[in-house]
Amino acid sequence: MSHIPSQPPPFFHRGPSPLARFAFFGLLSIALMFADTRFRYLEGIRQVTAVALYPLQRAVQMPGEAISWLGDYFASKRALAEENAALKADLVAHSLSSQEFSRLRDENASLRALLEIEKRYPGSATAVEVLYTGRDPFTQKVFVNRGSDAGIRAGEAVIDDAGVVGQVTRVFPAMAEVTLVTDKDHAVPVRIERSGVRSVFFGAGAGRPPELRFMAPTADIRPGDRLVTSGIDGTYPPGLAVARVEAVDRDSGQVFARITVRPLAGADRSTHLLVLGQGAALPPRPEEAAEGDAAKKSGRGKGRRGG
Amino acid sequence: MTMFSRAAVFTPARPEEILRQVNPWFILLTFLLGLLANIAPANGVVLALRPDFLALVILYWCIQEPRYVGVGVAWTLGLVMDVADATVFGQHALAYAALAYSAEYFRRRVLRFPLWQQAPQVAVLLFLCAALILLVRFVGGAPIPRWTYFVPPLVGALLWPLLSVLLQWPQRPARGPGDR
Repeated sequence: MSHIPSQPPPFFHRGPSPLARFAFFGLLSIALMFADTRFRYLEGIRQVTAVALYPLQRAVQMPGEAISWLGDYFASKRALAEENAALKADLVAHSLSSQEFSRLRDENASLRALLEIEKRYPGSATAVEVLYTGRDPFTQKVFVNRGSDAGIRAGEAVIDDAGVVGQVTRVFPAMAEVTLVTDKDHAVPVRIERSGVRSVFFGAGAGRPPELRFMAPTADIRPGDRLVTSGIDGTYPPGLAVARVEAVDRDSGQVFARITVRPLAGADRSTHLLVLGQGAALPPRPEEAAEGDAAKKSGRGKGRRGG
Repeated sequence: MTMFSRAAVFTPARPEEILRQVNPWFILLTFLLGLLANIAPANGVVLALRPDFLALVILYWCIQEPRYVGVGVAWTLGLVMDVADATVFGQHALAYAALAYSAEYFRRRVLRFPLWQQAPQVAVLLFLCAALILLVRFVGGAPIPRWTYFVPPLVGALLWPLLSVLLQWPQRPARGPGDR
């Protein structure tokens, strides 16, 4: 094929050669990646583009919504009656615990008042619906239909009816990005409900079971144990169900036990989620070491002057 | 000048047919449709099989109309895709720019083959695009994906003949009584 030139003859000059343009844009992409991952300079551009994309995303969902609406409209009476009966049975099953709940809440409040512990649970929550799942096969993310317009902020916990689904990682004006607990290296501080042992739940990416890392082989963990959030991170309120222990592999040759778990919430299935508002009662975090010594020193100096 | 540019675009299926000048708005519309197909909600099998439609459309126009669509346009569309996917800025941009460049390099060779023989060559270019994204993610510390990661480029290559016929439809000359 050497007789077919891949370049136009020089008298049809059309600006820089493709190779030069590719080199320029390739380097620009690498610079952008660096700026985005290291310094987060580009969140503004991302926000603007996301707003421009939002009508497109809504338009694309309309056919699916229309079909499901039509399906609902023509759903048979029998199916609706069955669903109604199931929901009523569910309601009765939960009514006892919900009545118990109000009594326990009062009791808890008075006990906390006695112990002078501040209230941690503001109770504000926003119901959201999943717009679409992220297309990126390397991360576990979903996009939901409310954003900063509904007061959602980055860092808030997201749950469904069975437990913790994930955490809001980016907020757009009418949309928010939720990183699921199954995302690689996404960590949730948990507590074994049975024994009270504290641990950290780590996601492992698509298709791999999450695990509890850095647990001693002698830790009191058994298959079937329920994990609930411990609440010590200030992100997830305490007591939310997270996962169930699947298998515990105690190899005496290893420093840590290998504990795989299965998330309880339908992180990959649920379409209706709840975003929990963050509690305001936690004391501010101590400054990070990565912020630099200068910032820390000036902060301390101010504190001393104030005192 | 127009004579030269017209002579350059032959339909692979029927080399004697001379296509009409493409409307730039049509190119823009196809990019929009490709983007819509990429961000449409999907789950399970559909999500696992769905090829990168935007990359396919970019590839088609880079091969057919290099005067309109080149590395720069592909790069810009990659940035839009990065936002829609919430991936690192520049990941898709780099992959699409590489795709556009390789398309520009191979276009004269690809155009000499019938559509069904173009598909394997397109598959190679799409694999290249996917491998570049994989490389970027490895640098970012992503885990090794399952083998299904390389299914969508294959599906994209299988769709190539259909997509080519669809995209060149508006450029087909009207077949009136004046035709020989």
